[in-house]
Amino acid sequence: MALIKTTGLVKRFGKLEVLKGIDESIDEGEVVAVVGPSGGGKSTFLRCLNLLERPTAGSIAFDGATVFPGAKPKEEDELRRRVGMVFQHFNLFPHRTVLDNLTLAPIRVRKLTEAEAKDEAMALLTRVGLSDKAAAFPAQLSGGQKQRIAIVRALAMRPDVLLFDEPTSALDPEMVGEVLAVMRDLAEGGMTMLVVTHEMGFARDAATRVLFMDDGRIAESASPAEFFRSPATPRAREFLSRVLGR
Amino acid sequence: MDFSFLAKYWKYYLVGAKNTVILAALAVAAGTLLGTALAVGRISRRRAPRLLASAYVEFIRGTPVLVQLFVVYYGLQRLGFRFPDWPFLGRLIGVNVPDFLAGALTLGINSAAYVCEIFRAGIQAVDRGQMEAARALGMGYGPALRRVVLPQAVRNILPALGNEFVTVIKESSIVSVIGIADLMYKTDAIRGMTFRPFEPLLVAAAVYFMMTYPLSKALARIETRLRSGAY
Repeated sequence: MALIKTTGLVKRFGKLEVLKGIDESIDEGEVVAVVGPSGGGKSTFLRCLNLLERPTAGSIAFDGATVFPGAKPKEEDELRRRVGMVFQHFNLFPHRTVLDNLTLAPIRVRKLTEAEAKDEAMALLTRVGLSDKAAAFPAQLSGGQKQRIAIVRALAMRPDVLLFDEPTSALDPEMVGEVLAVMRDLAEGGMTMLVVTHEMGFARDAATRVLFMDDGRIAESASPAEFFRSPATPRAREFLSRVLGR
Repeated sequence: MDFSFLAKYWKYYLVGAKNTVILAALAVAAGTLLGTALAVGRISRRRAPRLLASAYVEFIRGTPVLVQLFVVYYGLQRLGFRFPDWPFLGRLIGVNVPDFLAGALTLGINSAAYVCEIFRAGIQAVDRGQMEAARALGMGYGPALRRVVLPQAVRNILPALGNEFVTVIKESSIVSVIGIADLMYKTDAIRGMTFRPFEPLLVAAAVYFMMTYPLSKALARIETRLRSGAY
């Protein structure tokens, strides 16, 4: 059964229609790369899935239950607990140490004790090779380190799915690799992921499916091999020739 | 220029300055309390509290303090409201307590509008991504505001709030017109008694400056320390 299912999802900002009716379902264990030209609605689609953005019309079901429209605030919070998100600009809490960044929500939302939350956080930090940064503040970290912290901060909530909104776009080129490595690791571990990205290499060999979004619609949904070998639409061919430079 | 009157009247300045400080402190306390409540309304997601708070802010900022003072001082009396006559405050300031409280309340009502804007600006200056990140982790709006946004807003708010205190000290001179024995009122008294209209004013200006300048300097230092923290 689909973990996430959207039906006729529409989002308008004033007169601008950013999403023009998205019908899509994401199964458990899928790693979906969402690609396409900027302004095509990729980020908005992602942000609607955890209701950071309120859709204008349509519906969203998560794990069989309708979460939009009609969810109560408490149910929305619970949805967001189960749908983790990693942002382009990391959005770490600058006034808290790395460890506090990782334990804040588990203590407040999952109601862990401080000791439990700390144990989990340290295990997560070890997993991404940053356990020595537990006491550091975000400002003392490199971009790549910040994004790895942001990923484990989302993981600390034990989400069922992780949304990545251009996770490497704000990074210096030499730091992209370390973040993608963590994401590949997660993908191989069976995490359900939706990744808005311009990293075609990642889409090609870590994703199980590619969604090509253009002008507020999903123009193509295909396996990476198929999408990169023979894109079905002219727009996708044009996009690929531009980003791959061929 | 003849400042020989100081030998006889310097104590007037001392008492006036003391009362000005107490007045400003009360006004800032009232202003911060009321201003915080207004700010909560101003950033609310609901329309009614937002409208109410901005109407208050616009109205108070768009009318003179002197008018506000008369409205509170005469208007509330006409409506039958009596300010309490607290004996402990009376011993401290040695003047009519209800009048004094009317002055402090007016300054507080006035200051609250500015405090509200300081809070709002300080909160809205925090990157939107902070609230989003907290919400994305499953935290509710209230906890996200309290645990993530407000602690970061404090750095923006504290320095501006200190400046508001400095402003209130200066603006408080207006209450002398309803006979509250603050620094300005005492200065007028000295001018009358010595028949020297000018020199006592210079001294008053110097005393005001001696109160505001160290405060500004201390605030600047606190601001530097806030900005140089580990984050």
